[in-house]
Amino acid sequence: MLGIKNQILKNLQPRYLIPQVLLIIIFVGIIYYFTNNAGINMKARNISSGFDFLNTNSGFDVQFSLIPYSGSSSYGTAYIVGLLNTLLVAFVGIIFATIIGFIIGISRLSSNWLLNKFAAVYVELFRNLPLILQIFFWYFAVLRALPETKDSITFFNAVFINLQGIYIPKFIFKNFHFFAYGFVIALITIFLLWYFSKKLFYEKGIPLPVFKYSVFIILVLPVIFSFIGGTTYLVEYPILKKNYGISNFVGGIKLVPEFIALALSLSIYTAAFIAENVRAGILAISKGQKEAAKSLGFNNSQSLKLIIIPQALRVIIPPTTNQYLNLTKNSSLAAAIGYPDLTGVFAGTSLSQTGKAIEIIFIVMMTYLTISLLISLILNWYNKKIALVEK
Amino acid sequence: MRESKIYNWLKENLFSTWYNFLITLLILVIIFYSIPNLIEWAFIDSTFRGSTKQDCKGTGACWVFIKVWFEKFIYGFYPSDQIWRVNLVFISLLLVVSAAFFVKQKFKLYIILFLIFIFPIISLFILRGGVGLLYVETRVWGGLSLTFILTFFGIVISFPLGVLLALGRRSELPIFRYFSVMFIEFWRGVPLITVLFAAAVTFPLFLPANASVDKLLRIAIGLAIFESAYIAEVVRGGLQSLPKGQYEAAKSLGMGYWKMNFLIILPQAIKTVLPGITNTFIALFKDTPLILLVGLAELLGMVNLAKSNSYWLGMAVEGYVFTAIVFWFFCYLLSLYTQNLEKKFSTEKKS
Repeated sequence: MLGIKNQILKNLQPRYLIPQVLLIIIFVGIIYYFTNNAGINMKARNISSGFDFLNTNSGFDVQFSLIPYSGSSSYGTAYIVGLLNTLLVAFVGIIFATIIGFIIGISRLSSNWLLNKFAAVYVELFRNLPLILQIFFWYFAVLRALPETKDSITFFNAVFINLQGIYIPKFIFKNFHFFAYGFVIALITIFLLWYFSKKLFYEKGIPLPVFKYSVFIILVLPVIFSFIGGTTYLVEYPILKKNYGISNFVGGIKLVPEFIALALSLSIYTAAFIAENVRAGILAISKGQKEAAKSLGFNNSQSLKLIIIPQALRVIIPPTTNQYLNLTKNSSLAAAIGYPDLTGVFAGTSLSQTGKAIEIIFIVMMTYLTISLLISLILNWYNKKIALVEK
Repeated sequence: MRESKIYNWLKENLFSTWYNFLITLLILVIIFYSIPNLIEWAFIDSTFRGSTKQDCKGTGACWVFIKVWFEKFIYGFYPSDQIWRVNLVFISLLLVVSAAFFVKQKFKLYIILFLIFIFPIISLFILRGGVGLLYVETRVWGGLSLTFILTFFGIVISFPLGVLLALGRRSELPIFRYFSVMFIEFWRGVPLITVLFAAAVTFPLFLPANASVDKLLRIAIGLAIFESAYIAEVVRGGLQSLPKGQYEAAKSLGMGYWKMNFLIILPQAIKTVLPGITNTFIALFKDTPLILLVGLAELLGMVNLAKSNSYWLGMAVEGYVFTAIVFWFFCYLLSLYTQNLEKKFSTEKKS
């Protein structure tokens, strides 16, 4: 208590108080100056301020949307469409960046000279090129070189790749919720299993093969539930159809080239950074740890699972989460090739239609800021949880 | 004897286990498939001579495209007869920077101060013109030189600002601390594109109706402020790594806040995080092409313009490969410098 009181008293001394008060006055002054100017400018240009426009019809169409959307939908819906598209490409990008990043990072430490150098070239090549250049290259150079619709590249007559994008089969489920119930119950069972086996291990020293059990549960439970509930599925393959002399694919799921180019370049670019994190994380564990594990009688997989990976992850996860954050923010580059993400749909099309520069940029910035702060909150919580407790 | 050495090396490093054998084979297949094709495309089947697209008859790359547009790629739409001014600025910058490596420690500080405070003003005057020189609008600036100009001004503004923010974040005065934290977290939490949009579209609304700030200047400042938040975090890392004793020693010598920070704390803190700072500047350099989204054409923007020119359609690959080589060269050079610094400092710590 004394500490806080002392601090307040200290800050009330003129030499500490005056600069702080001055800072507040300057800040408030600048804010007042800017808002005052904005008010005058808006009046002069006859732009109304406020967020009413979110309920008005947008009148533009979006070529790729996860929810039903048309020109008669509101700007608010356009915002949701953009946000979902951003989250979708970020999600896909994060998964692939992690996979590629771990593979390259481990390859970088391989005893195979060629693989080692291959990984090094990958990292140095992709992290030293601007991301926007990579997006352009995939979009304008690689994907534009794909064949026309009638000469599509195909795999098993189910996946088709052409100039229009990639067509993949679509699974249509009936009574899907039973499968989902099974999945959720399996997850809960696994969580409980982990919790109790940990307790069992620490209190009585009995190890359970938790991983094998978990794999078994997650594979079997949803299937049993599907049988009980009668979950069936149909596969809808994309089929080439001629319509007024123009052949096009109908059915299946269509991935637009913009999405592919963006997801591809985001994951390749971010993977180069994740690979360096993985390498640093594994290198950070001293040889002594491995030797200690061995001398305690751990076998290879035990020492990897109980000694190496937990410690390496402590080093790898914080900077990698930062990379996930960067990837999410970098997905805003979508605006450059016209993928309808939050920036493209909202800060691009909606802004130029409504002219509400202040409100829209504010909404977009706040949305990204919220995502960023949420992720860093989770990261800080995690860091605290895994931090070394030193005496 | 020699042969067995090679054999041993191969066995140990390429074919030690069956899966290493498979991986080696796979990579060799990739190399033997892609490298000859690449060489054929870039050198053998390519066209170097000529001045129009029709001169490109081979199946390979059409480097004529780069040759014809080279001036635009480097200088943008800067008037051809005034290009010497851009060259003058960059050559003198190069001379001043390289001089800094050769003079004594004492003069280095003066050179850095000159680069931060005086050189930008002189070079802006030369580039923009006005009194005596032909006035060149910033609208026509472009190409690689614009990339460098933005990077340079970004560094000059963001570095001092970032250092001040880092000091603010660790200040004892709560208001300064809160302001710094808010400022840093805000700019680090938003993507650069939104900052550029805000600088290009939103910011003019906040100014008086008759006042106007040059678009390039607005964007340069936006870029610099954005980057300063990252610098601040790097410098904060350096400040945190210093032992408390350094502060106490400085205070016991009777130094005030500013003297302590500028003479004792910052020189040590910045030295330890110099690699991190250089990395931030590499990021700044790589971020500059984004300005093409608000209608300014640096190198990548110029390539985009050139490839959509109706006489030069279908030259996307050549243009992007050229841009990639340029960006990669400079980024890799800087990252080598960073790695060098890291090595140097890590050995200093050991001794």
